Amino acid sequence: MAGQGEPAPPVILAAKRISKAFGEVPVLFSIDFDIRPGEVHAIIGENGAGKSTLIKILSGLEQPSSGHVELDGQPIELPPDGQAGKLGIVVIHQELNLAEHLTVADSIFLGRELKQGPFLKLRQMRDEAARILDTLHVHIDPEARISTLSVADKQMVEIAKAISRDARILIMDEPTAVLSAAETKTFFEQVDRLKAKGVAIIFISHKLDEVMRLADRVTVLRDGQLIATVGTEALTPDSIAQMMVGRELSNLYPPKHEADVDADTVLAVRNLSAPGVRDVSFALRRGEILGFAGLIGSGRTAVAEAIVGLSPIESGEILHEGKPVRFSDVSQSVAAGIAYMTKDRKGKGLLLSANLKDNLTLLTLKRHYKGPFLDDKSETEALERAVRRFDIRARDPAVKVGQLSGGNQQKLMLGKMMEAEPEIIIIDEPTRGIDVGTKQQIYHIIAALASEGKSIIVISSEMQEVIGMAHRVVVMREGRIAGVLEGAEIAEAEIMRYAAGLKQGGANERLSA
Amino acid sequence: MSVSAHDRAKTRKGLAGFKFDLKTAGPLVALIVLCAIGFALNPAFASEGNIANILTRSAFIGIIAVGATFVITAGGIDLSVGSMAAFIAGMMILVMNAAVDTMGVSVWTVLLGCGCSVILGLGAGFINGFLTTKGKIEAFIVTLGTMGIYRSLITYFANGGTLSLDSSAREVYRPVYYESFLRIPIPVWVFIFVAIVGWVLMNRTAFGRYCMAIGSNEAVARYSAIKVDRIKTITYVLQGLCVSLATIIYVPRLGSASSATGVLWELEAIAAVIIGGTVLKGGFGRIGGTVVGALILTAIGNILNLTDIISNYLNGAVQGVIIVVAVYLQRGSFQRRRKAE
Repeated sequence: MAGQGEPAPPVILAAKRISKAFGEVPVLFSIDFDIRPGEVHAIIGENGAGKSTLIKILSGLEQPSSGHVELDGQPIELPPDGQAGKLGIVVIHQELNLAEHLTVADSIFLGRELKQGPFLKLRQMRDEAARILDTLHVHIDPEARISTLSVADKQMVEIAKAISRDARILIMDEPTAVLSAAETKTFFEQVDRLKAKGVAIIFISHKLDEVMRLADRVTVLRDGQLIATVGTEALTPDSIAQMMVGRELSNLYPPKHEADVDADTVLAVRNLSAPGVRDVSFALRRGEILGFAGLIGSGRTAVAEAIVGLSPIESGEILHEGKPVRFSDVSQSVAAGIAYMTKDRKGKGLLLSANLKDNLTLLTLKRHYKGPFLDDKSETEALERAVRRFDIRARDPAVKVGQLSGGNQQKLMLGKMMEAEPEIIIIDEPTRGIDVGTKQQIYHIIAALASEGKSIIVISSEMQEVIGMAHRVVVMREGRIAGVLEGAEIAEAEIMRYAAGLKQGGANERLSA
Repeated sequence: MSVSAHDRAKTRKGLAGFKFDLKTAGPLVALIVLCAIGFALNPAFASEGNIANILTRSAFIGIIAVGATFVITAGGIDLSVGSMAAFIAGMMILVMNAAVDTMGVSVWTVLLGCGCSVILGLGAGFINGFLTTKGKIEAFIVTLGTMGIYRSLITYFANGGTLSLDSSAREVYRPVYYESFLRIPIPVWVFIFVAIVGWVLMNRTAFGRYCMAIGSNEAVARYSAIKVDRIKTITYVLQGLCVSLATIIYVPRLGSASSATGVLWELEAIAAVIIGGTVLKGGFGRIGGTVVGALILTAIGNILNLTDIISNYLNGAVQGVIIVVAVYLQRGSFQRRRKAE
């Protein structure tokens, strides 16, 4: 693609006609890719397009089946197991790899500690860590334990670690997927700083606006093929999205059907207090999609977990179909027809080392008994149904769930929850870290469920999603409900005002109606 | 499309698929090789008497190891089984001796002892389970503690010596260890029964699936409506039941119990489980592998007894090498799979 004898700095890392197949299954077809110092190069594509495989090859975690990688113009076989760090290629994975019990300074110097003889130079490492954090303009105590930091701060520690290792090429897999809006802004500033220092940055993202904001060039992959590598100035979010899916993305969100204001209340929460939740009251009507917006950590997930019995309720009451209920574990809430789908699909949602079938039926295993034993056939049929209904794509149904793309994992998790046939569905971050095409599918599934009469709570940090889907929006802030929006009030600026604490009140009276 | 839980061979790489297959069949291959070596060194190895001997000896560890497979699959560990067996054996003897004094000798005396064994086994297992789940103490610590407690209790009740079963009661009880049914010794029948029930529980019931789910990710299990504490406690109770069954067939062998009874059984049981391919960190359990693992451990000792090449005193060393090699092989293919994610 680009990169033949331009005056710009020479290409630092390049992939030449890289192909990759896992067993019989090809995942990349003759991909060319290159990056220069001080450049930000985004790789985008739908789930399963081959993005992750490409960056694994660029960082040495996988070896290409054919083609080769060039570093500084020289063909090189990158050492496996992340040893490429010594060559200046540092990867920051989506799941940050930090030891929770170490301090920030320990983590930054992990594996290359400063020593005097056999002893650690603790003070020097601490000062040096503080200096690096300072150059990043982040305020993190170098002696704080990693476990006490927010996700955003942990990511900053990873970046500091990369800088302290003189990374020349920084590869990031969906760096902003777990960051709030404010944290994302700080992150952008870091990227700009690194860029100014001449670091080459490769990143994968599903957020087209941030690709437009950060990237100099964009490489679009689809089904393992290189579709295009284009300068960002020649692109619009729409044209990128079209290249990604290869079709017009007319309606990301399905049309909202009118909310029935007279529908009966299926779930009423009154003055609920629980860990991270203070005096929350709201009502959910039948067939309604109720959005929960707010900053990360504002208590939305905590409300959901308290309702379904995952965390203890301190005070307040929950009325299900008018009757007070209090669940002490998930089996009770599922039995009552209330299901919660976690946002942490890898940590809490799916068994990554088990196959699709075992994951799908885990929540409802008792339904697959024939006599005293589990019936493999009934489970297999359930999987076949779910694969059809939710369009789950796997090379082979026996594959481990950890090897599925994020979108397919998400659809499988949705399938697992729907196996329980719940009437009230709480979905936490329905589309985190998945591609536009799958997002659209999930939005249509949610809308279809609502029109079938299911009542749905959608918790999301993507404001567009809440705005595009919800009939009413509850905005939370610091464990409390800051406001409830309806109809024309549901707009980005208004939600932000409540979420940021600029506006509040009037909420509870309207809610408990 | 055809889905099969056992069709795990198709992993991302052809090579990894081959390794994984080898891993599944590995323990069985190792056992066959071991038997071939044994036969080559001394043809007496394959005599009916010797085979029956190996099977009977492996029954104790094997039965305990079937229980341990559940505990380990669910992410726990039970170090107390050896001491628990000694303690239960001692209590059985005390109860039966007391019964002989009051009601004379009959089958009922022995059944009373067996009932006492089962109750103690279930109770001891429940204590381990309750302390790990509700007490939220790590299983390693809890069972290290109970291991010490049971060991010192048997020493105390035996007054530092040996508790012996009344000789008339022993006459009634003797056949449980020494008799055969259809030419297969009674202890082997018990082992076969426990193994089959264990296999069905692990592979054909929700309980087994839940154990694997909890062992591989407790949070996922909790979010999937699984009563994690209850399932984990049941694994320890099952373990206790297995220990009590093993003790019931062990007591008539010597008719005595002392502080030296069941020493290091916990490590042999864990070794059998690991050699069999169950992952020590939990999440994946294989009952069939455990049975093979127990047979391998007993066969090693037996072969060393039958030949002079390696001193019998090195039995432990040979077993140790086998355990380390087995875990090394397991670890290799495990890491490859992890990386592929």
